[in-house]
Amino acid sequence: MQLLSKKAAMIFILPGLILIFIFLIFPALWTFFLSLTNYSLLDNSLEFVGLKNFFKLFRDQRFWHSTIVTFQFVIGSALFGQTALGLLLAVMLHKKRGIMKELLTNFAVASWIIPSVVVVYLWAAFLDKEYGLLNQLLGFIGVTPRDWLNKFPMWVIIIWNIWRGSAFSMMLFTSALQTIPPSYLETADVIGASRWNKFRDILLPSLKNYIGTDLILITLWTFNLFTPYLLTKGGPGNATEIFPIYTYHEAFKYMQFGYGSAISVVILLINLGFALFYLRSMKGGKQ
Amino acid sequence: MKDFKKVMFRLGYNVLVVFLSAFFALPILWLIFTPFNEKPTLALEFPLNPTLANFAKVFANDYTINAFQNSLIQSFGATFLVIILASLAAYAFSRVRLPGKGIIMYILVLFSSVVTGIAAMVPVFFLLLKVGLIDTHIGVILVFSGGFLPTAVFLLKDFVDSISTTYEESALVAGASRLQIFKDIIFPLTRPGMVVVGVFTFVQVWSNFLIPFLLLRSSEKMPAAVAIYAFTNDVGIPKIDLISAYSLLYTIPVVAIYIFTNKKYGFRFYGGLKG
Repeated sequence: MQLLSKKAAMIFILPGLILIFIFLIFPALWTFFLSLTNYSLLDNSLEFVGLKNFFKLFRDQRFWHSTIVTFQFVIGSALFGQTALGLLLAVMLHKKRGIMKELLTNFAVASWIIPSVVVVYLWAAFLDKEYGLLNQLLGFIGVTPRDWLNKFPMWVIIIWNIWRGSAFSMMLFTSALQTIPPSYLETADVIGASRWNKFRDILLPSLKNYIGTDLILITLWTFNLFTPYLLTKGGPGNATEIFPIYTYHEAFKYMQFGYGSAISVVILLINLGFALFYLRSMKGGKQ
Repeated sequence: MKDFKKVMFRLGYNVLVVFLSAFFALPILWLIFTPFNEKPTLALEFPLNPTLANFAKVFANDYTINAFQNSLIQSFGATFLVIILASLAAYAFSRVRLPGKGIIMYILVLFSSVVTGIAAMVPVFFLLLKVGLIDTHIGVILVFSGGFLPTAVFLLKDFVDSISTTYEESALVAGASRLQIFKDIIFPLTRPGMVVVGVFTFVQVWSNFLIPFLLLRSSEKMPAAVAIYAFTNDVGIPKIDLISAYSLLYTIPVVAIYIFTNKKYGFRFYGGLKG
């Protein structure tokens, strides 16, 4: 039985589709066009310049600096940070009970759900040279106060992002661990397997697919994260000018839309690579 | 020897738990204590004489109240639009065999994960500028909706797929009109799915900084996320009393919604949707 005629179905779908097309798909395609122009909001010029923006980009010292900083940020905070810490938390708290577990998980989740502007204020207060809690605590063990944000900006945004995002990986891995039949671990206990063997032979294999999913998602999110701007403004100098901040500076601070679009195209293509990889691994996981 | 190893392991384990708890908790303590202090500073001080004076300042300030209103307008606007458009589309996608349906869904989800963050905002800013929607609530709402709709349609379609068509078929046989079917059967049955999608959209819009920061200009339209940066005195020093109380008020809805949805639907929902 046909519940809805094809015509009615089209009427149901069209409004959403139109909105998605105008505000999501069209702008993405338009970026490719803009990246081939010298469009600038400053003098309102718009000329077709071919691949000039890309040649300029690949000769730009700041672009390569930004690439290096972005790599450090993504590998440090997404790969080694959030995924590893999330895995550690999920495994160490698996099958545990008690107030310490509740405290740890709740504070980890809180750092993940608090809105980013608030989180930035919290960290600015935490790291403040004169009044910040970190310097006060370190003072107890005799460490002199430091201006963390200006002296170690890369370390700050990497550790900040580990703090910010590890809860996602933790929860993803926790729900994966819950699918392991308890009898596996019981049997392992009976035959006297060590902790490491249990981890390697029972927990890790069941997490394998989830680790892949987690890595792709976290990398994609971290790669596009603008929030470090609120902590460091990309500085001092351009020490923490990761791709999103570099794009912001070129497009919105210097109003170079053609050039900014060229950077966006590079980012969008990298995103596309991640997303295709992700959708493919999802399909593979289902079969 | 074996006992010694066991004791050392327990000790190491507990030290690790305490260290990690401190790592996550310490920066947050400021948000919990500071708003209740008489003279809030960047230092962490336990409020020995707790006061609500800082909250009173927030409510006495037209600018802060206005910012909360803007957050509500933009969050509810986008939530409403996403729920309506996504459920219509999801229902049609689920119940009617359309050619190329799978491909369309795939492309939509692909675009929504690729076109994200600042890279997407360069052309969007330009688009809004051309059509005169820069610095309007409606512009912000439309951009958010366009970004969240693919995920929302995808999730709701899954949801509608899981509902058997027999109710609708028997209603149709009994002579119910399409409108009645939608109102009395489909809407009540898909409501949990709509709640999930709505909550997700609301939280994301409420917390987002980048989009209003780039697409709005006049201070009377700024939502809470952006307005907080204007809480400075005449020489540009942040007003910590106002900021601390305001931050807590701004955070509470998000935490409340998280607790509510986590209890009701568990992590799968919240985590699967973030991003």
